[in-house]
Amino acid sequence: MSAVVGLEVKSVLLDSDRMRRAIRRMAGEVVERNSGGRDVVLVGVVTRGVPLAEALAREIEQMEGHSPPLGQLDITLYRDDLSTIAPQPVVKASHVPGSIEDKILVLCDDVLFTGRTVRAALDALMDYGRPRAVELAVLVDRGHRELPIQADFVGERVRTRSSEVVRVAFEQTDGEEIVELLGVPAGGGSDT
Amino acid sequence: MTEAHPGEWQRKDLLGIRDLSRREIEIILETAESFREVAERPIKKVPTLRGKTTVNLFFEASTRTSSSFEIAEKRMSADAINFSTSSSSLSKGESLLDTTRTLESMAPDVLVIRHNHPMVPHALAKRIASRVINAGDGAHEHPTQALLDALTIVQKKGSIEGLRVAIVGDIEHSRVVRSNVLLLRALGADVTVAGPRTLMPDEAESLGADVQYRMESAIEGADVIMMLRIQLERQGRTRLPSNDEYFQLFGLTRERVALAKDDVIIMHPGPLNRGVEIASDVADGGSSVILEQVTNGLAVRMAVLFLLCGVPAS
Repeated sequence: MSAVVGLEVKSVLLDSDRMRRAIRRMAGEVVERNSGGRDVVLVGVVTRGVPLAEALAREIEQMEGHSPPLGQLDITLYRDDLSTIAPQPVVKASHVPGSIEDKILVLCDDVLFTGRTVRAALDALMDYGRPRAVELAVLVDRGHRELPIQADFVGERVRTRSSEVVRVAFEQTDGEEIVELLGVPAGGGSDT
Repeated sequence: MTEAHPGEWQRKDLLGIRDLSRREIEIILETAESFREVAERPIKKVPTLRGKTTVNLFFEASTRTSSSFEIAEKRMSADAINFSTSSSSLSKGESLLDTTRTLESMAPDVLVIRHNHPMVPHALAKRIASRVINAGDGAHEHPTQALLDALTIVQKKGSIEGLRVAIVGDIEHSRVVRSNVLLLRALGADVTVAGPRTLMPDEAESLGADVQYRMESAIEGADVIMMLRIQLERQGRTRLPSNDEYFQLFGLTRERVALAKDDVIIMHPGPLNRGVEIASDVADGGSSVILEQVTNGLAVRMAVLFLLCGVPAS
């Protein structure tokens, strides 16, 4: 999502400090809701759900003294638009640690938008077993859902236009930590 | 290998290694590596090709290739239909083109074809809208076999660049050799082929391989030894004095394996003729990766199906 052609930065939604504070608060909510988080497994959706899951795991370790197991999920094989999307997606390996039976899976992704990625991720997760519950953590909820899906833990809620793009950057994947709103240059006016 | 980028794969058919760029080979191998994990899940099936139909058209007997394709297709949730010479109108004298037209009227998304004549898949790919995968055309090419061999080598050795690979056996009748030499050369290996003069084609060197007629010269210092099956049912009786004599001269024994590097890997496309081209203790020994090749065959075929189906049919 980086280097989005033809779009310019309209505003910085979260700088590095605010990003970390948001993630720390989300980690606290995960622990609080799941009684200490002993049964929690964090599963990041490839690509930028993975560094979010890792960041949450670090925060949980600081709070509770134990780090939840981490997994990652590539949902390409579960998309409903294989032959209609261009360009061709690149498939990365998925990895879910151990058995997920009776675990509480916290699915992590950078941005919640239409909900289609989450729908695909839920299908994918069920192929690994039957978790006790699946919860959803996203750094940014930008609205415009096309499916009845909502997040349990949200870093920042942002009102956007559907033509805009929310760019999330993590140190591991992008060499910086920032969340920006991108849009079509000039004439586009301010955020709604 | 650098990571594949979205949109790099544009090809609708997989007809041969000769057509592929180094980059395209790497994209298939990277994608296949990701698919290996699907086989380790409790539910070994993904919905990627749901609603797509694949037709496996085998004009030549095949068990492992056709079942490998069928399992790969089913793990991707495609509806797979098999036609083989023994069980269909293919054995009732229908012409290839008529068979194909009939199949095309069923509008499969993918046609996997094996034929005893070279270039039949290429001819079909020009005529029909379905994506076409060559599962072996005569002694010409067998691209998915070469790809699964390469995936196995990369897993064991890290990279193909600079490796010494010896391919031993019936070079003339082997489509496996042709595809493998092309692929291994494209990825930077030194390839030596060895076999009896009666089973060595005139154009062996033009493929880019060094040619040897003594097995020892080929496997000395090799990182990879690829043994080929002596096709007893085809030419074995006329070109070879006896199975025993072949084993004496070109059979892979423990003594011969000792000439190669200590960490050599032994490959064979199967099915094995134990005691003809390979000794049992070598086939079952610690250096053998023959069963890994079968597992990787599934991953490679899933990757190819995925990549081809991501490109709109013509």
